[in-house]
Amino acid sequence: MEIIKPNTNIDFVGKRVVAISLSLILILAGIASLVIKGGPAYGIDFAGGSLVQVKFTQDTSAAKVREALKPLTIHAMTIQQFGPQPDEFLVRAQESSSELESLATKIQKTLETTYGAGKVEIRRAEMVGPKVSQSLRNKGLMAVLFSIIGMLIYITWRFEFRFGAGAVIALVHDVLITLALFSFLNKEIDLTIVAAFLTIVGYSVNDTVIVCDRIRENMAKSPKEKLEPVINRSINETLSRTIMTSGMTMLAVLALFLFGGSVIHNFAFAMMIGIIVGTYSSVFVASPVILFWEGFKEKKSTAG
Amino acid sequence: MSKSIKFRALAILFCLVLAFVSLTPTFIRNGLPSWWTKTFSPIHLGLDLQGGMNLVLGVEVDKAVDSRLDSFVDSINSTLRDKKVIFKKVERAPGHKIDITVYDQTAASQVDGIMSDNFPNLVSLSPTNLGGGLIQKHYELSAKQVAHIKDFAVKQALETLRNRVDQFGVTEPTLVRQGKTDILIQLPGIKNPQRAVTLLGQTARLEFKMVDDDANPEDAVQGKLPAGTQLLYERRVNTTTNVVSHVPIVVYDKTVMTGDLISDAQVRIDSRYNEPYVAIDFNSVGAKRFDQITGANVGKRMAIILDGTVYSAPVIRERISGGSAQISGSFTPQEATDLAIVLRAGSLPAPVKVLENTTVGPSLGRDSIHQGIIAVILAAILVVVAMVLYYNLAGIVADAALGINFLFILAILVLFKATLTLPGIAGIALTLGMAVDANVLINERIREELRLGKTPKAALDAGYAKAFWTVMDSNLTTLLAGLILFQFGTGPVKGFAVTLSAGIITTLFTALYVTRLIYDFFLDRRQIKRLSI
Repeated sequence: MEIIKPNTNIDFVGKRVVAISLSLILILAGIASLVIKGGPAYGIDFAGGSLVQVKFTQDTSAAKVREALKPLTIHAMTIQQFGPQPDEFLVRAQESSSELESLATKIQKTLETTYGAGKVEIRRAEMVGPKVSQSLRNKGLMAVLFSIIGMLIYITWRFEFRFGAGAVIALVHDVLITLALFSFLNKEIDLTIVAAFLTIVGYSVNDTVIVCDRIRENMAKSPKEKLEPVINRSINETLSRTIMTSGMTMLAVLALFLFGGSVIHNFAFAMMIGIIVGTYSSVFVASPVILFWEGFKEKKSTAG
Repeated sequence: MSKSIKFRALAILFCLVLAFVSLTPTFIRNGLPSWWTKTFSPIHLGLDLQGGMNLVLGVEVDKAVDSRLDSFVDSINSTLRDKKVIFKKVERAPGHKIDITVYDQTAASQVDGIMSDNFPNLVSLSPTNLGGGLIQKHYELSAKQVAHIKDFAVKQALETLRNRVDQFGVTEPTLVRQGKTDILIQLPGIKNPQRAVTLLGQTARLEFKMVDDDANPEDAVQGKLPAGTQLLYERRVNTTTNVVSHVPIVVYDKTVMTGDLISDAQVRIDSRYNEPYVAIDFNSVGAKRFDQITGANVGKRMAIILDGTVYSAPVIRERISGGSAQISGSFTPQEATDLAIVLRAGSLPAPVKVLENTTVGPSLGRDSIHQGIIAVILAAILVVVAMVLYYNLAGIVADAALGINFLFILAILVLFKATLTLPGIAGIALTLGMAVDANVLINERIREELRLGKTPKAALDAGYAKAFWTVMDSNLTTLLAGLILFQFGTGPVKGFAVTLSAGIITTLFTALYVTRLIYDFFLDRRQIKRLSI
């Protein structure tokens, strides 16, 4: 079976203006959304606070849970349903008390007065103090930064600096767009999402490397040819691999998204966006950057 | 069969056997010889999968320095008094400083001598003249000493916490120092997380102080305290209603004895009230001290104070020389047990704060494992079917490599005693998708070469040769991301980095080495006209 017929020749590079405009609009909208919302919505490992996941033996509703928890007077409490069934809820609070009596115990005791003893199960309880959340945030940021620098060094070493620049711009693009979509959808960024970001970084570079590899090969084959057709041909030649690999990875992530359970739902979601954007960027972002770099160099040499 | 094929087949067979042997204990729990299960213990599940508690405690090291300075002030006071030096006062000053005020130059030089002989850790600074002949001498704890006290406090806290956890009875607990002042504690499968936090988090500083019965507690609450005394509260439990109340009590500042001198603590039941109490035994030094104190204070009340709360303040009826005492205070049996544990394990050198606490119940862990396995199986089926549809027989070769790959990832987890977490399972599913990339790259190359009209064998050779560095590059970049994640990630995320990185290494091996062997095996000494790819 073949999806892409040999000798397919789509003019990808020619559509770069449209593609880059689209990316820029998305990124700018994402930045605007981040600014309006005062930064990304952090999960509790980055924002600090407490989270308690409670499961009831019967179905109930967020409103009823809130009513039952009223005597506790928790500051900035949010309650949301967790999973498809209305018998499991997440209770979040801003406070990260370092007291020994945990919020989970208080919540369980209070809920049991309404729902009856033994009807309430604490499935998960997390408390992250301000010191830890700050250090986790720094670590997450450092991890993303270091991986980007690492990629740049690796590709510069294996290829040339302009390929490295193209790959890095492509992956920064991917992370920014994923971040933008998370902001649009009000999804929280936590540690596992950072893990997803790093995987996206790796995946995106992986994709870009393969296109770059082919560009280099074709450049060596026909050194006299202009760069634009070479890039186009390289993208077309690797197109079936690009679609095949992205498709396979997408299948695996889709399985995670649908059946992996609520705990890694957001992780799988970030990965899905990352795969789509990563594939798109290696075709429409990385290659034009290489072309642009080339044009820039030529202009400089003719001017000088 | 050519020698090269035989050799490579043996190498892969060896890896496969190793993988099977190491994974057997994970899947068959019973009936295996013990050397087997011991060498290759089952895959270790993270707290998010097996349930349990992950606790980060921060040691308040500044308070350890504070209390060291306080005890310096105490001992300087008594040393100067012993040596009959006339001085006005010894007091703490801001920073890590101690000031000693004397009336004249003679006393000042006496203090100099005593300080350098007895307290070499305190650095002498230039004194100030306060006027009227008063001289204030300044001493400072050096930065090195402060750092040492802080470091020692964390080490000692770790030791004490380990003792407490051991006595609490948790299987396979983990306690490690994290950073400069934090301690990470993992307690898998714990039933009562609240009790564990209370037990681990309390400082358990036991002190004995004499009660000032002349002072009026009511006045003390108003802020009128006699000099040298302090206001504490006594915890009282109403035996019929179980309501806990706190009654003010005035005690002298001076701590006559601390819990450091305890050799053992046991729960006993008071036969009269059928109430548990904690019996403590002192070591020989403690017994002697207790004997002296009780002897000197017959008829007075002595307060037994734990972390600033008075538990009881009995009247000393006679000299107690047996070296034992008891703490009663209307405890529940569990409270008494826990108190005995913390007293036996010793007190923390400084209070600790709960910085992070994650508790996962066993039922959520089970659900996560269940959903994770379903997701992995589904991902595997989808990918396997798609590969066969697209590449026919070559797809089956790639699928075989994928199956071996999966086995190897799990085997690596066993061999390196890594921990499998839920993100780790996600990493495996993801690897299954990304692993085929290498095969896709190779297969696409082979197709291209075939289109150029090469023979199957030549196309294979060229395909593998040309795809090799592409496969390497693309996987090494992802590995780089995985390793950085491992370095910076904590807890469950680290598990993701582990399976992702392991998956990349096994992918390189299976895609480049195993599939090639399968092709070579079938093409060896056979003239194949057409590749099914």
